[in-house]
This record gives sequence, C-alpha cells and structure tokens, in this order.
Amino acid sequence: MIDALQYEFMRNALVAAILASIACGIIGVYVVVKKIVFISGGIAHASFGGIGLAYFLGVAPVLGVVPFSIASALGMGMVSKRTKLPEDTAIGILWAIGMALGVIFIGLSPGYVPDLFSYLFGSILTVSFSDIILMLILDALIILIVISLYKEFLALSFDEEFATVVGVPVERLYLVLLCLIALTVVVLIRVVGIILVIALLTIPAAISKQFTHSLKKMMLLSILLSAIFAICGLWLSYGLDLASGATIILVSGMSFLISSLFKRITLAKKKKNGQEPRNQWLCVK
Amino acid sequence: MISGNKNLYHPLGVDMSIEEVVKLRDVWVYYDDSVCVLEGINLSINREDFLGIIGPNGGGKTTLLKVILGLVKPNRGKIRVLVDIPERGRRSIGYVPQHSLFDREFPASVWDVVLMGRLGQAGRFRRYSHEDKKIALHALKTVEMLDFRDRQIGRLSGGEQQRVFVARSLASEPKLLLLDEPMANVDTPMQTEFYELLKRLNQRITIVLVSHDLSAVSIYVNKIACLNHRLFYHNSKEITAKELEATYQCPIELIAHGVPHRVLKEH
Repeated sequence: MIDALQYEFMRNALVAAILASIACGIIGVYVVVKKIVFISGGIAHASFGGIGLAYFLGVAPVLGVVPFSIASALGMGMVSKRTKLPEDTAIGILWAIGMALGVIFIGLSPGYVPDLFSYLFGSILTVSFSDIILMLILDALIILIVISLYKEFLALSFDEEFATVVGVPVERLYLVLLCLIALTVVVLIRVVGIILVIALLTIPAAISKQFTHSLKKMMLLSILLSAIFAICGLWLSYGLDLASGATIILVSGMSFLISSLFKRITLAKKKKNGQEPRNQWLCVK
Repeated sequence: MISGNKNLYHPLGVDMSIEEVVKLRDVWVYYDDSVCVLEGINLSINREDFLGIIGPNGGGKTTLLKVILGLVKPNRGKIRVLVDIPERGRRSIGYVPQHSLFDREFPASVWDVVLMGRLGQAGRFRRYSHEDKKIALHALKTVEMLDFRDRQIGRLSGGEQQRVFVARSLASEPKLLLLDEPMANVDTPMQTEFYELLKRLNQRITIVLVSHDLSAVSIYVNKIACLNHRLFYHNSKEITAKELEATYQCPIELIAHGVPHRVLKEH
C-alpha cells in the first residue's frame, strides 16, 4: 500500500476517499435518522440524467450532474410534500425517469461514450486534481450549511410537526437538506458511482447510530468509519485487482454485519449480568 | 408581545374579548373533500381555562387541535389565536403531541429535545443563547426532569417522555398549552402526578387537554367539552347525559365530581 502512494493516481484516490467520507459521514447521518434512504437513492439514480445531459451537450459532467441532481432533489421533495401522491410512489417514478433521460441523452450523443461505466460504479483511481478541487468546494459548502442550520435540521429530523408549530420553515429546510444530499451524491459519484452511492450514505451512519446517541458524535464517527472503509476498500481492490467502488461497499457491508453482531452480543451479555438500566419509575420524584 | 387589547375587532370579522385566547367560529373540516371530521365548531377558550375535550377515538379531537395550531386548514369558518391567524398565533402555543411514534434510537438527548422549544425565539443560523438555555433549564426543572437531561430521549419511559415534551413546549414560554392524549403512554400510578403538574401550570397558563378517558379528566379540569364531529360545550363543567350519549353514541357511566354518584342509563 505504501509503495502504491508513489503514483499520483493513488495519492489522488486517497484524498478523494477522505473528502468523500466527510460529505457522506455528515449527510448520511441525516439520511439515516430522518429515514429518507429511499429518496436519497432516488436522487442518486436520477442524477444519471445529468451525466447524459452533459455528454449530449458536450460539457464537463459536473456541469450536468450538479444542476440535474439538485433539480431532481427539489422535484422529488415538492412532489412528495405537496401532491396527494404517496411519497414512495413519487420517488419511484422520478428515480426511473431520471435514469431513462440519461440513457436517451447518451444515445443521442454523437460518437463513443468512453467512461460511462465509471459513473455508474465509480472509479476512484481516475480521480483528477480538478475532481479533488470540486469535492473540496462541495465539502466546504456542506459543512458550512450544516453548521449554520444544525439545530433546525435536528428538530426537523426529530419531529417535523413540532418544528412547524414553533415557527421553523420545515418544508424549505427539508428541500435544503435534499439539495445537500444531491451535492453529496456528486461528491461520491467518482468514488463509488451512482448505483452504489446509497451504501456509503447509509452504512457508516447506521453503524455509528448503534454506538452513540449524540448527533454530532454520530457524524464524527461516520466520517471516520467511511474513511476507514474507503481506504481499506481501495487497498484491497489495488492488491486483489478488484473493482474499487464495489470493494469499498463490500468492506462497509461486512463491517455493518460484524458491528451488528458485536452489538447483539454485548447487549445479551449486559442483560445476563443485569446491567441494562430500566429505571422506569425511580428518580421521577 | 401580542397584547389582548389591540385589534379587538379583527378585519376578518371575529371579535375577541381580552379574556379569549382562542376563538373558533363555524369551523368545518372535511378530509378528502367528503368525510366530515368537524361540523360547525364554535368554541372560545378563555384565559386560565383548564378545558378538557373528551370524545371517542376518531371523533376529531386531534384535528381540532391541529386546526387551532394552523396545521390543518378548515374548509370553512374562522379561527383566531390570541387575536391573530393561527400561523402567527401558534408561536404562543405550547403543543404536546400524542407521541407514540418516534424512533426510540433517535440520537437526541432530553436536553436537545427541550431546547427545540426555543427554536422560535432563538433565530436562524445561530446557536442557542445563554438565555435560551436558562429558560430550557427552568422548564426541565418545572417538570422535575433535570436529572435526566443527558439521557437519550427514546430510552425514557412513556411518562418521563411525556414530561420532557411538556418541558419542550414550556420552553417556548407559551400562553396556551395544548395536550393531545397526554396519558396515552403514561402508567396509571404516574397519571395522578402528571395531572397535579398540569394543575400547577394552569395557575399561569391556559390549558386544553384532549382525551378519550372521561373519568380521569373530569377531576382536574375546570371546563369540559364533548366532541364527536360536533362539539357540545357550555363554557362550564356541565355536560348533560344526553350530550354525552350523543357524543359516544352509547349509554355512558357518569361520575359526578367529588361525589360518588353514578348514573348508568339503560339502552
């Protein structure tokens, strides 16, 4: 692994893995605690339309993906909040439409489409310096917005109705959150690809949720975990000559299984020793 | 501050007296444009009332609270909350929802939840101020849950959670407290304590409590209304057996306040 770092592509891949972990560690926590995994998957897949659009117009992919994924995030958010259509139905429809648009755009594009596969399944080894700059900017934006709206996002995730009553503009903030998910998808596309994005958004957050009950700690732990998964996956894929994105996901998935088992065993032990605190009535008065 | 003596004659035609906190006039609510949930509700809630609204499940109790909070728009009728439209007036309402469905593993402490009550006052893009924290702390003390401030909210018992949600609504320094089935998850021995707490709060805050449990409510409230799509209310604690039967659509066991006097009518 260390000697691999003499190559520039490997150094870029390592930096990209860490930058991607920051975005998915923070936003993944909201995806998991607010239970909006499905809509996040929808945003991720629909963003494929943006890649097709960029090919069609002959511009850099990012110029297609960023506006397209934000538009699909806002579209899904508004359709699911404002119409009587059930939310998951609306998401399912827009999810497929976004991908279909991508396929059509690419079909209409002149010439050969070189690295389509890398957008679907990621190609962390081809991350360029300009990709890293873009990821850095998006990370900074995500951190800035989450810090300034931290208490509102917490209230929104916990209890939308109460937040509305005390005067939080719930719908607008929900749309902001969906836009942040869209930006996170953009950050993650180079690392794991559109199809696998959802795994990095959910697995690290789901693991950290088992070990802490503070949202901030959960975010820090998720960042750390996804960085570990991404770097381990990268190293394994390099050593065993496997697809990097898929290897990262499998490492994450395995870790989730192990941590769930570990959690179960420790819980069972605690129960056996009678350590589980069940002071339901005590100390109330 | 919303003062009671301005806009007494509101342009929308609902005149409120200074004593009135909430006024509903001829409010109708339909779901899906066909099912009638609330039929021509007229209600005025006065300052320092402790109003119990009873009625069967599905009778529109929660909807009525949501209409007052501006969360449900009526198809017809007018509502004023502290001489204002509900969307603005609700800032002076503390709402304790019927909280049975939230993720028990949600990563928030009791302290996080109580602070949420300050969101309206704290201002956007800022952290909670020292003042916000002081008020939240006081609210926690009021419900005697200060020792629990660092505990995860989902790990508390139903009764403890209910106290935290009351503290959260008190943190917004409300003039009116709306409680939706507050006893639903509270164990029986703790219910009395909970009612005593509400009784103390009622010395400075108007309270509306919604419940399907008639007997417990009637001991503590000072006014009672019956709701089953239509509302029976005389601005007092009196409800006739006839009205109760109209509400529940079956014979009702009446227990008079303070006196062991039971009336059970034949079908």
